[in-house]
This record gives sequence, C-alpha cells and structure tokens, in this order.
Amino acid sequence: MDLGEINPVLLVASLMVAATPLLLAAIGELVVEKAGVLNLGVEGMMIVGAISGFAISVETGSPWLGFIAAAIGGAVLSLLFVLLTQFALANQVASGLALTLFGLGFSALMGQGYVGIKPPSMGDIHIPVISDIPVIGPILFQHDPILYLGIALTALVWAVLKYTRVGLILRAVGENHDAAHALGYKVIKIRILAIMFGGACAGLGGAYISLIRVPQWTEGMTAGVGWIALALVVFASWKPWRVLLGAYLFGGITVLQLNLQAAGVAIPVEYLAMSPYIITILVLVILSADKSSAPASLGRTFHASH
Amino acid sequence: MKFTSLLTSAAMVLGLATAAVAEDKTKVGFVYVGPVGDGGWTYEHDKGRLAVEAEFGDKVETVFVESVPEGPDAERVMTQMALEGADLIFTTSFGYMDPTINVAKKFPNVKFEHATGYKTADNVSVYSARFYEGRAVQGHIAGKMTKSNTIGYIGSYPIPEVIRGINSAYIHAKKVNPDVEFKIVWAYTWFDPAKEADAATVLIEQGADVILQHTDSTAPQAAAQEAGNVITFGQASDMSEYAPMPRVSSIIDNWAPYYIARTQAVMDGSWETVNTWDGIAQGMVEIGEISDAVPADVKEEALAMKAAMAAGDYHPFTGPLKKQDGSDWLAEGEVADDGTLAGMNFYVEGLEGEIPQ
Repeated sequence: MDLGEINPVLLVASLMVAATPLLLAAIGELVVEKAGVLNLGVEGMMIVGAISGFAISVETGSPWLGFIAAAIGGAVLSLLFVLLTQFALANQVASGLALTLFGLGFSALMGQGYVGIKPPSMGDIHIPVISDIPVIGPILFQHDPILYLGIALTALVWAVLKYTRVGLILRAVGENHDAAHALGYKVIKIRILAIMFGGACAGLGGAYISLIRVPQWTEGMTAGVGWIALALVVFASWKPWRVLLGAYLFGGITVLQLNLQAAGVAIPVEYLAMSPYIITILVLVILSADKSSAPASLGRTFHASH
Repeated sequence: MKFTSLLTSAAMVLGLATAAVAEDKTKVGFVYVGPVGDGGWTYEHDKGRLAVEAEFGDKVETVFVESVPEGPDAERVMTQMALEGADLIFTTSFGYMDPTINVAKKFPNVKFEHATGYKTADNVSVYSARFYEGRAVQGHIAGKMTKSNTIGYIGSYPIPEVIRGINSAYIHAKKVNPDVEFKIVWAYTWFDPAKEADAATVLIEQGADVILQHTDSTAPQAAAQEAGNVITFGQASDMSEYAPMPRVSSIIDNWAPYYIARTQAVMDGSWETVNTWDGIAQGMVEIGEISDAVPADVKEEALAMKAAMAAGDYHPFTGPLKKQDGSDWLAEGEVADDGTLAGMNFYVEGLEGEIPQ
C-alpha cells in the first residue's frame, strides 16, 4: 500500500471529468421535473447525444459542432416524449422507459460505421499565468470547455429558478398546473420547452462521454449514467447546487476508489466498489432533512379541459 | 358449408406445413452479456453465431439477446428462448452459470452450453478457452517492454478465469523482468466503457505504462492512446483499430468452430454433455498480430512461446511456483492440473494485494 502514489491534483482533476456527464444530464432532468414532468428517458437521450455528437465531430472534424449536434440530437429525441405525453397524454413513466429503449437501439444503429474511430480532440483551455499556478491551475483552470459549461449551467438554472419570472412560471407549472393554466400560462408550451432543454442537456452529457471521457463510440456506452442522474435529482431534492455536489461526490468517489485499489489500500474491494452509491445517497439524504418535496404535479398528465 | 370446411382444411394443411418446416430448422439461441458492438467479448461470440448461420444456411435459425444482466433476469431471457423453441442455447458469460442450470432443469429437451463455467448437467455442457496461454505471451511482452516496471491490470470480477489470467501474465512478466510490479483494479463490471477508461487512466496516472484488461470494451485502449506511450493488448477480440500503438498484440477468442460443431451435434442427435477447455493448440485462443512497436527479438520470443504452447511442449503454469503466502504450489518441472486451474482462487508469489472474496 502506498498512498503516495496517488497524485491528489490529478485525482481532483479527473473526478471533475468523471462527474460532468452526470451533472449535465441531472441538471437537465431537474428542470424537466421542476416543470412537473417525469422523463425516465435520460439514458436514451444521453446515448443518442453520444452518437450524434461523435458522428458529427468525426465527419466535420470539429468537436464544437459535435456538441451542438449532441444537444440537438437529445432535444429531437425528447420531442418523441413530448408527442407521447403532452399531446397523446400517454403515461409518462411508460413513455420515458420506451424512450430509453428506443434510444439505446437507435444509437446502436446510427453508430454502425463509427466503431473504433478516434474523434477529434477538443483540447483543454489554457489561460496563460492562471493555468500554470501550481495545484490550483491543473485543478481549476486546465479543463475542456464543456466541463465549465456544466458548472455554468448549474449556476444559470439555480439563478433562473430562484430569481426570475421565467423560473417562477416554470415552478408554478410544476407545482399546480391547473392553477398555472387558470392564470393564463401555456402549460403545455412551457413543459415542451423544459423537456427539450432536458433532452439537450442529456445529449451534451452523453457526448461528453463519447468525445472527452472515453473518447470513442461503443454501443451502450453510457452504461446506466442516465439512471444515476435520475436518482441524483431526487436525492438532491430538486436543488441545483445539491445536484452539483452529488455529481462531484459520485464522480469523485468513483475515481478515488479506483485510485485506492491501484495503490493497494487494504480496504476490501467490495466496499470500495459500492462506496460511490452509498456515500452519495447518505450525504444527500442527510442534506434533504429540510423536508423539501417533489414538485406537486410531478408525473401528472395535464389537459386544459380538466 | 363446403367452402368453409375447404378453407379450414386448407388452413390446417398450411399450418401443418409451416410447422413441419419449422421442425426442420434447428433453432440456436445466444445470450450475451454486452452489446454485439462492444468490439471485444460479445463481438466475438456474435461472430461465432454468424459463422453458424453461414455454415448451415437455411437449416438453422439463430436468435440472440444482448446486454442481459447476470442474475435472475438472465433466467427470464433463457426461459423465453426455450419457450420459443430453441433447440440449443449458448449462455456466454460466467454469471449465467446458475441461471443456466436452473432453466435447463425446466427444459430437459433443450441443450444448453455455458461459457467459462464449471457446472454441468445432462443437458448442460460447459466450454471455455485457455485464455491464460495468451496471457503468458502478453506477460512476456509486457515485462520486456515496460520502462516504469509497473503494469496495470483491469480485472472484471474476482473469478478463477480472471485470476488465472493475472497469475499467468505476472509469472511471465516476472520471468523476464524481476523488478516488475502489478497494480490491479477490479472494475466489477464486464462492460462499462466510462468506468473502464477511468480505471485505465488511474493506472496510467499511478505510473503504469502497460495496461492489461479483462473487461470487454475497447475503452481502455482509447484511454491509453490518449495518454500516449502506453501499450495495451486487445482482449477477446483483435481490437486492431488501435494497432500498432497502443495495442501491440491481442488474445482473440475464436468460438466459431466450436459453435458449428455443437450445432451439428444437435442436428445429428449426437449431442452429449462435454467439458471443453481448448487453447492455442486447438485454435480457440489466437494471438493477434504482434505490431511493429514490439522489438523484433521480443516478438520472436513471444512467437516461440506461442509455438511451444501449441505443440504442447510448454505449460504456462510450470513449477517451481509458490503461492502468494509463500507456500509451495508446484515443484520444479511440475505442471498445474486442470482442476486446480479451473478453481484458481489464489495469487502466485510476488503479487500484492488480496483477492476480493
């Protein structure tokens, strides 16, 4: 056992990378659920985003275009969910599950010609002086731009939900869609926009895995991150900063336990392997002792005639 | 009246005819642990399935279900396959062992073949490949090529098959490089590209310049390529898209001949419970092309070792060998028996860390 072999700077830097796909997907789902819609299709939108982003960046040579395509891909897939739940008034749980199954299959089909290809690299941001500060530089200022986008989105979602009229309307729709409707807000329209935002974020999260974290295309490569994102939103009691904390905890402990294993620490591996799940849930459950509850209209179908 | 009865009898004849046609076709099912496009383990099993189709053409019908979790859900998938009339079902991951045995009890007329397990029954055969022979070649190349003397190993689950691979690679790396050290990370998954890439990155950050993997995706290859100056080996499949660097060689599982032979046996009615464990000699384990990144002399030695194993002149577990705790295992010149190898649950001397129990 040699803890000295773990480089704390590299560890923190790589935990931020490991947490980003989860953060992006979860922050998108948070907005969707705040609008009163439960979309279980996160995994499906992520994987479609992963392949859309991968394919476009390989074809164009630009990772930026890839990420834009990933966001569009995720949003377009979420339109299927919109069609089912907002217009056909189908059950949201069933529609979300269907979206995941469809996304997994569809992405495998789209990805046929992209196995074993190396995508163009995005490169890390390098700001002179700041990025070269020892310790802080590599941790905070030497990442790819999407990682910063994830943090910025969290801040943005928090600010919009808390301080703006748009946020208030979104929350009203999620808490009591009938009242919001009576006040003259277009419930369906607002929900559609929220669902598409969620889809775009999930797509970005997926593309982060296929373009930066791994980087390659493999069928089914999101391997359950979407489900963890869904759970994270609940455990974070629908609060953006807690989602960030949860994502970093989960990503961090995942990377940390691999590091501890490689360094030969004498903790049984089974405990290390389950630690990300347990610690993240524990911390967030303790935090949610303030009784924050789910949006009251979550998962309920709205029709203007009701 | 007449017309309807005519229709009915026509329908019946048709029905009988299709039933008869269906009877002629041998239906072969495959249960996969990952997606067929994983580029590794499941990809090779699916190549075996396609080979069965190519060999028998209209006489067979194959079905497969991919990404089936190990555990109770696997039983549901197998039961469904058996109910749909499969004559022969291949279950292609270690964790399907008990589900296979359970389902086989319910369908005595269906033949089952479980990969990499050890439980057999009247209608359950087991088959596996001696991957550890390939690991010996990898260990040799790894020991010769490492500059940091640190070799990273991504394990999936602590089961005998994986432990054999670690031991075999370690013995042969140590033989050519006494300073070599193994860092082992258990991923507790067969297929999770993001996690596999993380594991590879962690090992590289901790100084490993050779990554061996016993997980199914090509993600560790991509991570090694990204890091640069790290060598890897294709696992289960050639993974030649990452050659010549980082992938310098590979172990390829060639299941096709076995799948064809077993399907033939079901057709002939000559199917019997067997316990197959074939290696390089029988062609079930192949060594992928050793790339130019490997020095010519190392390549030659590796190929010589492969030839010796194929000819039966060399066994990767030949004494003197001790267990991790220092107790004697094999005396000078003694060769490990298959029983011990099949249930191997200990590290050889020199490896650090404990095997998770």
